[in-house]
Formats: sequence, C-alpha cells, structure tokens
Amino acid sequence: MNFDFSPDQRSLREQARKFLTEQSSSVRVRRILDGAAPYDAELWRGMGEMGWIGTAIPEPYGGAGFGYLELCVLAEELGRSLAPTPFASTIYLAAEALLLAGTDAQKKRWLPRIAQAEAIGCLALAEGAHVATADNIATRVTGGRISGTKLPVMDGDVADFAVVAAAESSGHAGLFLVDLKGAGVTRTSVSTVDPTRSHARIVFDGAAAEPLGAGDGGWPLVERLLDRAAVLVAFEQVGGAQAALDMAREYALGRFAFGRQIASFQAIKHKLADMYVGVELARSNAYYGAWALSKDAKELPVAAAAARVAASEAYYQAAKENIQVHGGMGFTWEFDCHLHYRRAKLTGLMLGSTRRWKDLLIARLEAAA
Amino acid sequence: MDFDDTREEAEFRKEVRQWLAANAEPKSGAFETWQSRYPGRDGYEGLERAKEFQAKKADAGFAALHWPVEWGGRALPPIYQVIYSQEETKYLVARGYFEIGLGMCMPTLFAFGTEEQKRRHAPVALRGQEVWCQLFSEPGAGSDLAGLRTRAQKNGDEWVINGQKIWTSGAHWADWAILVARSDPKAAKHKGLTFFFLSMKTPGIETRRIKQISGASHFNEVYFTDVRIPDSQRLGAVGAGWGVAITTLMNERLTSGDLRGPDFEEIFGLARSVGLEDGPAIKNSAVRERLADIYVKTQGVRLTRFRTMTALSRGETPGPENSIGKLVNAPKAQEIASFAMDLLDMGGVVMDKDTAPLRAAFQESLLSSPGGRIAAGTDEILRNIIAERVLGLPQDVRVDRDLPFDQLPTGAR
Repeated sequence: MNFDFSPDQRSLREQARKFLTEQSSSVRVRRILDGAAPYDAELWRGMGEMGWIGTAIPEPYGGAGFGYLELCVLAEELGRSLAPTPFASTIYLAAEALLLAGTDAQKKRWLPRIAQAEAIGCLALAEGAHVATADNIATRVTGGRISGTKLPVMDGDVADFAVVAAAESSGHAGLFLVDLKGAGVTRTSVSTVDPTRSHARIVFDGAAAEPLGAGDGGWPLVERLLDRAAVLVAFEQVGGAQAALDMAREYALGRFAFGRQIASFQAIKHKLADMYVGVELARSNAYYGAWALSKDAKELPVAAAAARVAASEAYYQAAKENIQVHGGMGFTWEFDCHLHYRRAKLTGLMLGSTRRWKDLLIARLEAAA
Repeated sequence: MDFDDTREEAEFRKEVRQWLAANAEPKSGAFETWQSRYPGRDGYEGLERAKEFQAKKADAGFAALHWPVEWGGRALPPIYQVIYSQEETKYLVARGYFEIGLGMCMPTLFAFGTEEQKRRHAPVALRGQEVWCQLFSEPGAGSDLAGLRTRAQKNGDEWVINGQKIWTSGAHWADWAILVARSDPKAAKHKGLTFFFLSMKTPGIETRRIKQISGASHFNEVYFTDVRIPDSQRLGAVGAGWGVAITTLMNERLTSGDLRGPDFEEIFGLARSVGLEDGPAIKNSAVRERLADIYVKTQGVRLTRFRTMTALSRGETPGPENSIGKLVNAPKAQEIASFAMDLLDMGGVVMDKDTAPLRAAFQESLLSSPGGRIAAGTDEILRNIIAERVLGLPQDVRVDRDLPFDQLPTGAR
C-alpha cells in the first residue's frame, strides 16, 4: 500500500506552487476582485503553456495524458492560490463531461482547443435559488433546440460552449452540448459572493443543442460527472483551507496582545489545532477520492461524497476562523482573509450544498450495505 | 497511490489469514470484546486466555512485527502491523493486556536498558508471560506529568521509593513496571526526575483497583512505602528521567487511538434497524446528516493512519500529527453512544444485555467513553501538542519552569 503522491507528482506540486506564487499572487487575484475582467487571462494562458490545462486530457485529443492524480495535485495548488481562472468549469466539468460521455466527434471538436487554452467550457445546471433535480429541470430541448434560463453558470459569461442539463419534451432529463457563440444564447454577468470567479445568467431561446454522447446518460450521468468534479474541487478546497490555516498561524505569531504573541493563548492555539484537524481529515478523504477517481473504482461515489463533505466543511471552518484570528483586520477589504471566506462558500455550493452531499453519502452507503 | 498489497504484503496477509483461521477465536455475531466473553474471576480468566493466545502469536512471529529479529520480531516496516491488525480485527482480539508492555515499556528498555536486561525481559514480555504496567500519573500530576512527587532517594546502590501513583492500567496483574520518580526536589521540575523499572512483587508496593463510572476496574492506585530498587534498574541518567518518559510517551501515540467501542458501522446499523415516529431512523434527514458527519470523521482518521503508515514505511519518524486520531475518535465515541441512545428514545436507558441492542454496547460506551477523552493525553493536551509541535506555536507561559520544584505553589486538589 502507498497512500501518498509519487515523487514525480510531488515535484509537480513544487513546480505549480512556485509558478502560482508569482502568477496568482494576492496582487493578481485582487486585479480580478476589484477590476472588470472576468478572469486572469494572462494566468490562464500561462497555465496552458505549462501544459496544465490538458493534464488529464488524453494525448489523442491534444492533452498530456497524465492521470487524475496529477490533476488533483494541480487542483490543490490552484485552490491554495485562489487562481482566478475558468479551470474548474473547463476541466473538472466541461472536459470531464466530454470524456465521460461525449462522442468522438464531440471530443475532437472541443478537447484539443481546451488543452491549448483556446476554448473555455462550463456546466449549466442550476436554474435559480433552488436545488436542481431530474424532476424540476425546466430547460427544454425540442427538435435540437434548447430553451430555458440557467442561473448561476460559473464562467458562463466567458465560455465558448456549455454542457447543459435539460429535459427533452418527453421529460427525460440529461446533458446537452451547446455552442455559446451561436444564435439563441443571451448571457449576462451576475454578481456573486466571490467576484474572483465570474458567473452568468444564460437564457437559451431556441439555441442549437445536441445530446452529449448517445444522449442516453440521463440524470445518472449528471451525478457521475458531479462525483468526479467533487474530488477535484475537494483538492482545491483542501489547498484553500491549508492557506487559510497558514495565514491564521502567521498572523497569530506576529500579533501581540497582553504582552504576548496571541498564538500563545490556548483560545487561539486550540482554534488553530481544530482547523488543522479539519484540514487533515479533509485531506485524507480527498486522497481516497483521488485514488478512487484515478482507478475509476467502484468506491468512487462514496469516496467522492465523503471528500466533498469533509473538504467543504474544513475550508469553510478554516476560512471563517482565519477572519476571527485576525480580529478587526480580518474583515477589512485590505486583508486577504475574505478572499478565502468567499471562495470557501462558493466552492461549498458550486456542486450542490454540503447538506445534500451528506444525504447522498448516506444513500450510497445504504446502497452498498 | 495504491491500496493494493505488494507481492510481499499479499504473501504476508495470506500467512496471517491462515494462522488466524487456525488459532484465533471467531467473534460471535453480536458486538463482543475479549473482556465481555471472559469476564470470569474479576477479569483474570480473560488475562489467562489472553496469555495463552499471546504465546502462540509470539511463537508464530506475529507479536511484535517491527521489533528486531534478535528480540523475536521480524524487523518489518509498520505497514505489516497494519495488515496484521486488519486481519486480526475480524476475530475476537485480546486487547488491553500487552500493549503497554510491548508498545511502551519494551521500546523504552530497548533504548535505555543493558543487553542483559533486554535479554531477560523482552522474550517473556513478548510471549505474554510477564505483563507490564506504566507508573507515571499521580493524584497531583496528570496532564502536568512532570509535576509528579513520588520520591526516589539514593541509598548506597539502591533507590528508595515513597509516594503514590494513580490511573495505572493493569497494575493489579502486572509483573513488572516502569516508573518515573522525583530524585531531586531542589532542581527545576523537569530536571529532577529519574526513570526506573521494577518488579511489581517488590515489598512495599500496594495496589488498589479503582472502580470507574462504567463499573469496570481497569485502573489502579499504587502506593509505595520504602520500596527498594537497585541502581542497575535505572534507565537513563540520574535527573534525565523526563527525556526517558518522553520516549515512552512517543510510543504511546503509536499504540493508542483505536476506537474500541461502537463505531460508525454500529451506529449506521442501528439507524437502519430502529424506527422513529416518522419511519425508519435511517430515513430521517437529521439522523442522516449526523451519520454523514460521523462517517467522514471515521474515514478521515482511518485514512490519515494510512498516510502515517506510508510515511513510516518510507522510514520517516512518527510525529505528533498522530495525535489527530485520538483527538477525533475519543469525543466521537461519546457522541456515537449518546446519539445511539437517543435513537432508542425512552428505551435507550436500558443496559440489560439481553434487551439492549448490541448487548448494551452503546450504553456501556456512554459510561466508558469519557475516559477516552482523558487517558493518554486529554483532548486539551492533544490540542496543545498539535498547536505547539505541529503548528509551531509558542508554549504556554510557564510560571513553574525554572523554579526549584519544592518552591512551586500547590493546591488542595
């Protein structure tokens, strides 16, 4: 048994950390936070040049053909550095949907462009302020034309194509591919709690849509896609949680009150210890998810749900307590604490809430028992 | 990243399976421990049977896989201990008898004892013929272990011990013990300690069992009245006992941390079998949410141990990050017990083994689990360890660090 990343994968992590320390510094992230640009295009191009975007895309489709473990390593570093790019939408969701179910023609059309950082993809699933399910999806596809409203769609304002959850007129829900540059697509940016990641409302009004793959994946395909993304997002969350813990630690060591470092008070020490425990439990659950994803193991549905629950909660805990440790400075715009606080809540909801994933986890354990 | 056994590991697992199938006792269906199967003669029946099994286990070479070959081990990487434990857990395991001796006392003896002492003690300890206990905690020195007051006074080639220890697991049936005592009350607290080992049959030792809230008696008070220990049984230098004790305690982190009461599988099984006012408990969303929390913690600890074992297999030293397992599992055990009883509603209070689910394992755990949060490092001490040794935060302000020990203030408790 070997429950760790390989030396090559660890050197990829070092390389990624070095690159992102410069290219996704706080200053760079704040350009997106404060500016009008939806994402850091320079960073995105740089990631393409590093070969990261095509990491897990097979070589026949223009990728590097590495495995998911390498992708998990990158995800952790992207989460740590809050990289403001459409990586998650494009890679964990759109490319992954194509790889899971796309026809060869669909893969050939999009994957090579994705790998070159020339195309951005997204997943259009939610339809407003409620849970999206197979039964309540209102977006409809009739005769190859799609109509309906999706909100919010992460990176929907900048994406070239979308993987859209919609129902056929028969009521059968599944995934469809839509070229967002075509007719019948209206996109408007929407503000969210995390301005470092852009989101859109997409209104489809008779846009051309084709079923993803043979079109027989149905809703189980949506769940399989979300499971795979859950593992990858869990690594981003672990990276972010670790960064928030590191920030809290640094601040507590440097801040003096009552004549001592605040890091010497047990109220602070125990808080940080609890953050550490949360991060480590999340990391271990995420590692297991990485293993299951890389082997396409039958344990993946349970492992992915556990990784998602643990990582969402650990990140939120670390991000909110990081603000608390910083005291008043922690809730200023100037300090970076809020960047993780925002991202923690965003990542905790982007694939569905923790509440729902806990329910899924138990349902899957029941099915396995 | 790979959970499959290597070829060597698979061969070892096969060997373990064959041996256990021929020698270990199968569990009966219900939740059962060695102690609950063999409660006779105040627990001594369980001890005798455990010794029989331990001898067979040692003869087969499974009793201390990571020990050097010359002391009956196989010098195997720690991953083999995990494999053995995974297989042994499928059977009724004789736990709680030899862990202290083999996991803590012998490693200390290996580090500080003479060759003759190791030869005398290791083989018989390994076969379970002699049981060891650890005389550390005192009424006035628990979390603050270095505040211990039991006196060791040099008299010729001997040391004379007077004082009291407490919370000593298994002292009532132990043959040998390790002991840390104060040899110099004028020195600062950590600098006046000396470490020994001694026979529990030495005149002047009196052992009294402590009845716990669970009704069980795992611990003892041990009184010393002019107990004489030859200087040859001192481990480490005079005044260097704290460093020796740290060696012992570092090994404790490797041995403790397993949850021995009902765990996720048991509470999950209970939720699937009992009904609430609105149907099966497992279908209740509040129940499902709590079950998910417990599962994620349980898996997190198990998988964190795999990460530790991977590091150990690479030859890295076990670090304080191992404190996580107990810090998570001990409160979790208490939560599981209380949650299970809530699911049983008014009937949850019943402890009758023939009536309560899993032969009252949840109710017993309610009463035993508070101890898990205290023994071998309280929740609070473990958080300090993580904060100080893993995260590198400053130690607490210590008012007692440099004062002579006999000038420290003391309270009534």
